Amino acid sequence: MKCDNCDNEATVHEVTVRKGKKIEKHLCEQCAAGEGLSVQASLPINTLLSKFMMSTQLEEESETVDHCPECGMTFAEFRQSGLLGCAACYDSFEDQLTSLIERAQEGRSRHVGRTPASGPKCLDRENIIASLRQELDEAVASERYERAAQIRDELRTISESADADDDDGD
Amino acid sequence: MPHEDPINPEGGVEWLRADGPQTDVVMSSRIRLARNLESFPFLTKATPDERQRIVAIAREQTLAAALADQMIWVDLRETPKLERNLLVERHLISKQHAKGDAPRAVAVSSPDERLAIMVNEEDHLRIQVMRSGLDLQEVFQQISEVDDKLEKRMDFAFSSRFGFLTACPTNVGTGIRVSVMLHLPGLKLSGELEKVRRAAKSMSLAVRGFYGEGSDAVGDFYQLSNQTTLGKTEEQILEEFEGKMLPKVIDYERHARKKLLAERRKLIEDRVHRALGTLRHARLLAANESLQLLGYLRLGVAAGLIKDVPLQTVNRLILLTQPAHLQRALQKELDQAKRRVERADLVRAQLAG
Repeated sequence: MKCDNCDNEATVHEVTVRKGKKIEKHLCEQCAAGEGLSVQASLPINTLLSKFMMSTQLEEESETVDHCPECGMTFAEFRQSGLLGCAACYDSFEDQLTSLIERAQEGRSRHVGRTPASGPKCLDRENIIASLRQELDEAVASERYERAAQIRDELRTISESADADDDDGD
Repeated sequence: MPHEDPINPEGGVEWLRADGPQTDVVMSSRIRLARNLESFPFLTKATPDERQRIVAIAREQTLAAALADQMIWVDLRETPKLERNLLVERHLISKQHAKGDAPRAVAVSSPDERLAIMVNEEDHLRIQVMRSGLDLQEVFQQISEVDDKLEKRMDFAFSSRFGFLTACPTNVGTGIRVSVMLHLPGLKLSGELEKVRRAAKSMSLAVRGFYGEGSDAVGDFYQLSNQTTLGKTEEQILEEFEGKMLPKVIDYERHARKKLLAERRKLIEDRVHRALGTLRHARLLAANESLQLLGYLRLGVAAGLIKDVPLQTVNRLILLTQPAHLQRALQKELDQAKRRVERADLVRAQLAG
């Protein structure tokens, strides 16, 4: 069925009865939105499921769940996408993740495979610092001071973590 | 900037060679490793700027690491859709990686296309090595060398408890996915495929279609892969995969083919020759139809029922009849109806008796 207003396929159908007279409207999504009809697109089943799971589990988890201080991801966000925000999320959500990981990994939750070789640890860090410095110069030159301040913070964080790594004896 | 043409649609493709071991059942072997750079958030939380920097670092390091005789860098943001789909059809990037506008790329070894490194897919790096036939040991050796070389140049996110840290916890630990592309028409025709599916599931293996997650098993092509990535060494995972389940599946498939040929020979001959007849004479061929027919033809060639078509031709056609390859070969975009005409023309020409 075509939309009443344009050539698109009508996906929103409204039937109202006014003074005993039936009025039908058949609109495409855009035209419906234009006329102020609320459109609830059908949700994929996994979204529905995760919403359902979240609503039932939110209460019990609300005490333990916090956001990851490193990237700001919440456990609810993770549940929805199945993807974590950063490496630190594994620490931030360790308790919740461990049981989930055990279920997915035949009951195992400890790594026994390859470990990173002890190669030069700072190759990519140097690159990052060099590219950040360049970006900082550009930001200052174009008077984007807010961005410049952000980059300075990033540079500070990186050099601090480098120091921490050096102190780290294990 | 003119787009360079790094991938030769007629050349390379490792999994088409059809000369590896056990190639009657195993099309190709593949291992991939998921790795993330320690200094950046995962992609769900990375800003466009950070994504861009990950691409820049990956580019510099993968090209400098001497991973292959020649590595080609494909910036997917600057690559037209048709070319991106070409890479999907060659199993060099995932469908997901072909979509969107975010900064992302793939590095491919040329001309063999055995090695591909997806940058900014679900993880910062997805390293894959692929070979024709069943050759997982060689694949594992190559990918371990690549991993070692990259590791010397980049700090990967790693924890002593959980191992290599990945965006999705189902990949954490080794980050390894071992998979083979199997052709299982015998098990399908004899109705025994469900048994294999159940057995695979009980051994924590996944069975998927031709283009991975969520895709159909048209042409009776199936991907078998490990699910467990944590708590076992890479060697254990490989050994369990290669030693326990896989030889059984290959044996079942050969046994099913033999049995079908012994007990229902006319039925199999009919399927195979009908497929060849249709492929040789059809004037319109849809993508799924041709893949299904090529699947039967492949069975006929592998079983010795068809003698005048080499297995490699069948494998080549499986790739060249995919939509992006078809359009690339003809140097123009075609709608579905026109593709059916061109696909039938191509198949007729290649299989002319």
